[in-house]
Amino acid sequence: MDYYAGIDIGASTTKAVIIDDNREIIGHAVVDSGADFEKAGKQAFDSACEMCHCDNPDEIIVTSTGYGRNNVPFAKGTMTEISCHATGSYHYFPFTQTLIDIGGQDSKTIKINESGKRTNFKMNRKCAAGTGAFLEEIAIRLKIPLEQLNELAEKAEKTIPIGSYCTVFTGTEILARIREGVAVADIVKGIFISVIKRVLEMDTMDGNIVMSGGVIAHNPYLVKMFEERIGQKVYVPPHPQLTGAFGAALYSINGKGGFNA
Amino acid sequence: MGEEKKAVIKKIQATGQMKKIMADYFYDLDNAAKDDSQKVAWCTSVGPAELLLSMGFKVYYPENHGAMLGATRMASNLIPAANAIGYSPDICSYLTSDIGSYLKKQTPLSMAYKGIEGVPKPDVLVFNTNQCRDVQDWLSWYSREFNAPIIGISTFCNIGDVTDGVLSGIVHQIKELIPILEKVSGNKFDIDKFREVMARSKRCSELWKKVLETNTASPAPMSFFDATIHMGPAVVLRGSDTANDYYELLLKELEERVANKTGAVEDEKFRLYWEGMPIWGKLRNLSEFFISLNTAVIASTYCNSWIFNAFDPDDPFLSMARAYTEIFIVRDENYKEKYIEDIVDRFKLDGIVFHDSKTCPNNSNNRYGMPERLAKKLSVPTLTINGDLNDLRCYSEEQAKTNIEAFIEQLDSK
Ligand code: SF4
Repeated sequence: MDYYAGIDIGASTTKAVIIDDNREIIGHAVVDSGADFEKAGKQAFDSACEMCHCDNPDEIIVTSTGYGRNNVPFAKGTMTEISCHATGSYHYFPFTQTLIDIGGQDSKTIKINESGKRTNFKMNRKCAAGTGAFLEEIAIRLKIPLEQLNELAEKAEKTIPIGSYCTVFTGTEILARIREGVAVADIVKGIFISVIKRVLEMDTMDGNIVMSGGVIAHNPYLVKMFEERIGQKVYVPPHPQLTGAFGAALYSINGKGGFNA
Repeated sequence: MGEEKKAVIKKIQATGQMKKIMADYFYDLDNAAKDDSQKVAWCTSVGPAELLLSMGFKVYYPENHGAMLGATRMASNLIPAANAIGYSPDICSYLTSDIGSYLKKQTPLSMAYKGIEGVPKPDVLVFNTNQCRDVQDWLSWYSREFNAPIIGISTFCNIGDVTDGVLSGIVHQIKELIPILEKVSGNKFDIDKFREVMARSKRCSELWKKVLETNTASPAPMSFFDATIHMGPAVVLRGSDTANDYYELLLKELEERVANKTGAVEDEKFRLYWEGMPIWGKLRNLSEFFISLNTAVIASTYCNSWIFNAFDPDDPFLSMARAYTEIFIVRDENYKEKYIEDIVDRFKLDGIVFHDSKTCPNNSNNRYGMPERLAKKLSVPTLTINGDLNDLRCYSEEQAKTNIEAFIEQLDSK
């Protein structure tokens, strides 16, 4: 059986996925990207290989994606994360969709038609608002571990509007809420709403809605809030954080388009 | 895909001649500025240059200097000096980099042309607000600095049809400039000289249009990035035989390329429109990047802005008013959409890239829903990238390139 891999080097984390001929994920890993993308790519790939007990990793066809896609010397080809997320998501949800990926450093909306072709995409602009970086910044300000955001938001009793557009302004807005004695859980829910608003500003929500990315993987409550907001079911692929790497692995299978050779 | 593939920009042979005539132009200006008997007028790039030339002025274009500050990547270091005296980082970065350049006494002119120490001192400053209000504010600063008169034309904005009613006011304003220009230059206005300059400018415009239209061929002989450089003479030397001789030369070379099927991009696979300002500091970088993606960016609003179809020496005032009011930037959305539609069609383009230039709302046509409307109407995908004409602090290379690459992958998957 042949194995195929995708490595997604994002600004915050690097993901590797190994799939078999049947497009089943048999190995995966997530590591911090850190300051050495090449090293992170190798590490993630090695761990994923270990997970599926692969003894001849050199024979695996690798496609790399993400910000660090050009830093994987052993990749046979590269594709942008936009294409990889779209391909990864369409594999699980083969229908017209608006895919929302919330990553560590940027958010994207990608429109996919019924035959799986991308028709449009948008990336958030220069600001961290609406991305994982925004949540990290706020968690630091509130002195709560990132992992606890989801749980706290779930416990919220009230909805506190957080209106500012930018991360710095939001920071000061939160200070005002703290001064007013608002519960931390309510503030966290407020910042989840802020992320949702930023995403809804990016594009229209057409067709079915799919959400992926690290922020979604760690904060399932955000998906629930999003569903409530738009009054529609939101699909989430298995391993939402790995969607890009999985899509890259699918490119490794069909070799289409992504190879320099 | 990816950047590893070696991208080679094919050199346009006429470039050497262009560099020479541009150097002559700047030395000529420098000499005029040092000689009391010669008068220098500063003029906005789509301002009444022909009138000024006909009255004996040497004409200097601050926007051209602005573009040089961008292309040499000096701008980002100079803009803060203008910010510090109260010019916001959100307004035109030509303006802020140019004023910063003056304040810090750093100009690409003295680096490129030995012996030139600074920009030529103006005797009069002449604007047309057909592009934006920033040009008037920009020239006003220098008017105060040099204690030189500032005069100009205030054009309406968001014009649909260019009606007689619109034009009569502009003709009137052009005529009102004359007494002041006569006083500053010491020369009497002479309509025959005006007609002669208009005739030469008309020829320049026709030739420049032909140059750009060579790109209807497949493969296209010249990229948008090349064109922004070769546009120089049409901006600063129009009205002279020098510019016209140059464009004859360039045209011949491009026609040869067309005949030989030599494209600016090897194995041209996709053809794109660039809407908005160039990102001056990244011309080469983007040019190479598109080549590596086998994609030719070959049509643009920007380079077309120096085509003035209306020029008519037989009716110089009215035709000048018309030519400078018909330009894309000052027109309404309907006109702009039709204009782009026509080019997408004639140049057989696969997509449109909108550059949302942070400090130039006037040339950022993505902001009122146009990409979405055009994508739907033309069934041609559009992409918006964020950047700026001069202020590279507003540009994320990584993000822009990922967007462009993803856009090409999208075209490729069709
Ligand atoms: S049109 Fe834009 S770039 Fe040109 S002068 Fe006006 S603001 Fe500056």
